[in-house]
Amino acid sequence: MAGVDNNQLFSAVLAIADDHLVLAHRLSEWCGHAPMLEEDLALPNIALDLLGQARVLYTYAGELEGKGRDEDQLAYLRLEKEYKNLLLVERENGDFAHTVLRLFLFASFMELYWQEMVTSKDATLAAVAAKALKETCYHVRHSAEWVIRLGDGTDESAERMADAVEELTPYCAEMFDAGVGVYPAVSEGILVDPSKLAEPWQAVVSRVFKEAMLQDVSMLDGHQRGGRKGEHSEAMGFLLADLQYMQRVYPDMVW
Amino acid sequence: MAKNEIPLWEVFIRPRNGLSHKHCGSLHAADEVMALQAARDVYTRRGEGQSIWVVRSSDIIASDPQDKEELFEPTADKIYRHPTFYKIPDDVGHM
Repeated sequence: MAGVDNNQLFSAVLAIADDHLVLAHRLSEWCGHAPMLEEDLALPNIALDLLGQARVLYTYAGELEGKGRDEDQLAYLRLEKEYKNLLLVERENGDFAHTVLRLFLFASFMELYWQEMVTSKDATLAAVAAKALKETCYHVRHSAEWVIRLGDGTDESAERMADAVEELTPYCAEMFDAGVGVYPAVSEGILVDPSKLAEPWQAVVSRVFKEAMLQDVSMLDGHQRGGRKGEHSEAMGFLLADLQYMQRVYPDMVW
Repeated sequence: MAKNEIPLWEVFIRPRNGLSHKHCGSLHAADEVMALQAARDVYTRRGEGQSIWVVRSSDIIASDPQDKEELFEPTADKIYRHPTFYKIPDDVGHM
């Protein structure tokens, strides 16, 4: 892996891990509150898949960094600005339409991302991708079916889904920003260039929106950015207060 | 959506190849696609299944418990329908 700085690779892997941890946390907030019992199991199931993906990514990031930090230290003991997750995933859940739409937008991006990552020259990342891909395919399938049913459902569900599209659209473009230092690893065949996934992703989204009777909009020219640089929205502080509570109050505790 | 607008489905899981699907419970879902996904999420989280069937509960025709006597009691005294009168040679072992 000549030419690829481990520090840069660490940052890139950490950012993806953060996306997964934060979205897992958001989905887990539905536990006990979902609109029906079936979904009360489905959303935490998906949250656990995302958490599992975050764990292996954090562990690997810790190895790349080489300072002895493990998954718990990376997940729970950093400051807000050190998290590099997308603004999209840290937003509050909103209603069920917002929740399933956000999951669909993110999971359909990750499905394309993992598909590319499967052939990474980095054996660890390729293995993570192969496992995550199966899980992610299901996340896309499940969330897309809900987007379709709500978009093409009752007057109220259609209105709520249309509102969710309007609110989340500005946050999508950030998914396709390649962070600083990603390109050397891309040209070495280690990382995926997310900007290449933008058009295939828009095609997936447009196909589902059409079936959902939603207006076909371009999701790629949003202006809400910052998470990848550690500049977060107000919601992030509250999220971390919840997420980090146990480790802050009982440092180094384990289950 | 009111709860009573969401149909009820019966879920059948086949735990392994070679076994038959077995009823394991029911759930609510808007249609067959969502019912299959819900069945996967509710009933196969611990590796219980290789295959799932879902059937709309309203499509199941069930016997009436009140008919129990006429349906099932007449078989009680027909012991000759049980293959218990054959002598099984020792060499055959457990059947």
